[in-house]
Amino acid sequence: MNHVLILPILVPAVVGALLVMAARYDRVLARVFSVTSMVAMVAIALGLFVIASDGSVRTYALGAWPAPFGIVLALDRLSALMLLLGAVLGLGVLLYAINGWDLRGKHFHPLYQFQLMGINGAFLTGDFFNLFVFFEILLIASYGLMVHGGGGLRVKAGVQYVVTNLVGSSVFLIAVGMIYSVTGTLNMADLALKVPQVPAADQALLQTGAVLLLLVFAVKAALVPVHFWLPGTYANAPGPVAALFAIMTKVGAYSIIRLYVLAFGAEAGAAAWLAAPWLLPAALVTLVLGMIGVLAARSLGQMASFAVIGSMGLLLSTVAVFTEQATAAALYYLIHSTLAAGTLFLIADLVAERRGLLRDRLVPAARIAQGGLIATLFFVAAIAITGMPPLSGFVGKLLVLDAVRASTHATWMWSLILATSLIAIVGFSRGGSLLFWKPHALPPGPVAAHRADALPFVAVGGLLACLALLTVFAGPVHAWLELAAAQLYAPAGYIEAVLGTAGGLR
Amino acid sequence: MEFLVASAIGVMTAAGIYLVLRTRTFPVVIGLSLLTYATNLFLFATGRLAINQPPVISADAAAYIDPLPQALVLTAIVISFGMTAVVVVMALRAYLETGNDHVDLPGDASPEASDDDWKQRGRKQTAGPGAKKGGVRA
Repeated sequence: MNHVLILPILVPAVVGALLVMAARYDRVLARVFSVTSMVAMVAIALGLFVIASDGSVRTYALGAWPAPFGIVLALDRLSALMLLLGAVLGLGVLLYAINGWDLRGKHFHPLYQFQLMGINGAFLTGDFFNLFVFFEILLIASYGLMVHGGGGLRVKAGVQYVVTNLVGSSVFLIAVGMIYSVTGTLNMADLALKVPQVPAADQALLQTGAVLLLLVFAVKAALVPVHFWLPGTYANAPGPVAALFAIMTKVGAYSIIRLYVLAFGAEAGAAAWLAAPWLLPAALVTLVLGMIGVLAARSLGQMASFAVIGSMGLLLSTVAVFTEQATAAALYYLIHSTLAAGTLFLIADLVAERRGLLRDRLVPAARIAQGGLIATLFFVAAIAITGMPPLSGFVGKLLVLDAVRASTHATWMWSLILATSLIAIVGFSRGGSLLFWKPHALPPGPVAAHRADALPFVAVGGLLACLALLTVFAGPVHAWLELAAAQLYAPAGYIEAVLGTAGGLR
Repeated sequence: MEFLVASAIGVMTAAGIYLVLRTRTFPVVIGLSLLTYATNLFLFATGRLAINQPPVISADAAAYIDPLPQALVLTAIVISFGMTAVVVVMALRAYLETGNDHVDLPGDASPEASDDDWKQRGRKQTAGPGAKKGGVRA
């Protein structure tokens, strides 16, 4: 039994509780606790990443109840990667937030810890009812974070967000119930064994359940037609919170990759590759709609939100090809788009903080303090997110285009990916010119002074540095991701690790 | 019994969906509650419907009912209960901060919302006499 597996869930849970009880009124103590916990999470995630790199799947049976009866945590390459990504983004965003954002409402730090606990749990669990529970944990925390700082508009957008997700949770439960009623299991590995044995009479129930589950993950991943909650939520959420939410859409993508390759993959008999015919068209429409949204956005936050939608479209359309090569490319793009979107939300907040009532609306106004530096950061982030060379977005899109070449839908994917890239470039050029260039055409007025704290710039710069590293080390990273994808597409190893060598207690 | 349970789930889901799609927060909250009741009942039914069968081992039982869905329902009830509380508090806060209880965001072309806005209406009422006073003074 490897107890280190549960640390990514335990550390934020304990620190979150401590923050509520001990560090409620002491902002310095709260920040120290929060940052220490986040650094610890990055260290643990790095450790798990190294452990998982040897290619074997490690499991942790909670309460020592053997799978499939007890809940089991499983660590493979994909989980380790997602944990590390979440921790790195979480640390960057937290460094940004402790420069003042965390004091604009109560309980920012405990909610932040619980949010990460939910995210880490969702990446680790090997049981899909437990996945529901971790989804709820991360959602409850996100409801609190979403309305952090208050304000009528934000709370109203928060209500919409809560309602959408509550309906999503109901559908999740119905889907889980349907799958359970046919297969009699909640364990993902066990499900993979049971799905091929489902009799033809029960196939309709099983497949309806599986497609409903796909719908729930699509809500989380903001796929058309259930993407509508995202722009309102992300654009009205506090900047750092929106940046952290960049990983939340990826929780949906992760769940799709995990469940539909493992349980509804090549071996699933009548239900084989169940997700593909639904996922691909939806994802392509998402890609187009998201990038057109970038063009139509009225504020930088909205622009970043639509860029998130577009990138989810690109990511999931690549996943929907369901080949090893495509999944490896999709995972590379996933890392890139999470970091790039997070950075962009932070930059939108930097701009909004300096423009008074105009916030980050795309209208030219007086020059802002530290305008040159912010414009440079925006320029780099925009290059990354639109997928222009030399940054990782370009490498990611190149890998995606190369990986889907053999697919039957390659023509569609190539033309849409390339066309939407152009639209995104136009959209971001427009946004950047309006915010950073147009002010220089206006008669120079007094520049409103703003505190030039180093920490926010360190946070944004750090995330951009991660993108640069991802670009420089694209070769080794992609090689590692290919191994991760190979592990996903050979589910026997995962099933054996979870259920025990002799096929468990079936 | 099957018909009764199935139609109860169906009717509650339909009513829940209808209410969730309403424009004001109160029906939406009620709709969410109905939806979670329907979900709980559905989850309960996934263990198959049976009468007088114990879920845990007993000496004189001929057959057993699946205990797992009951545990799942318990979890689901607790979570949905907490969630309803959260959504009620947030809806109240949104009502107090924006002055109306419409679900749509302002700017989403919702003229009814601004008509119902008690904050704006209050402002209009105070603005009326104020403007008159200004006129008199002029």
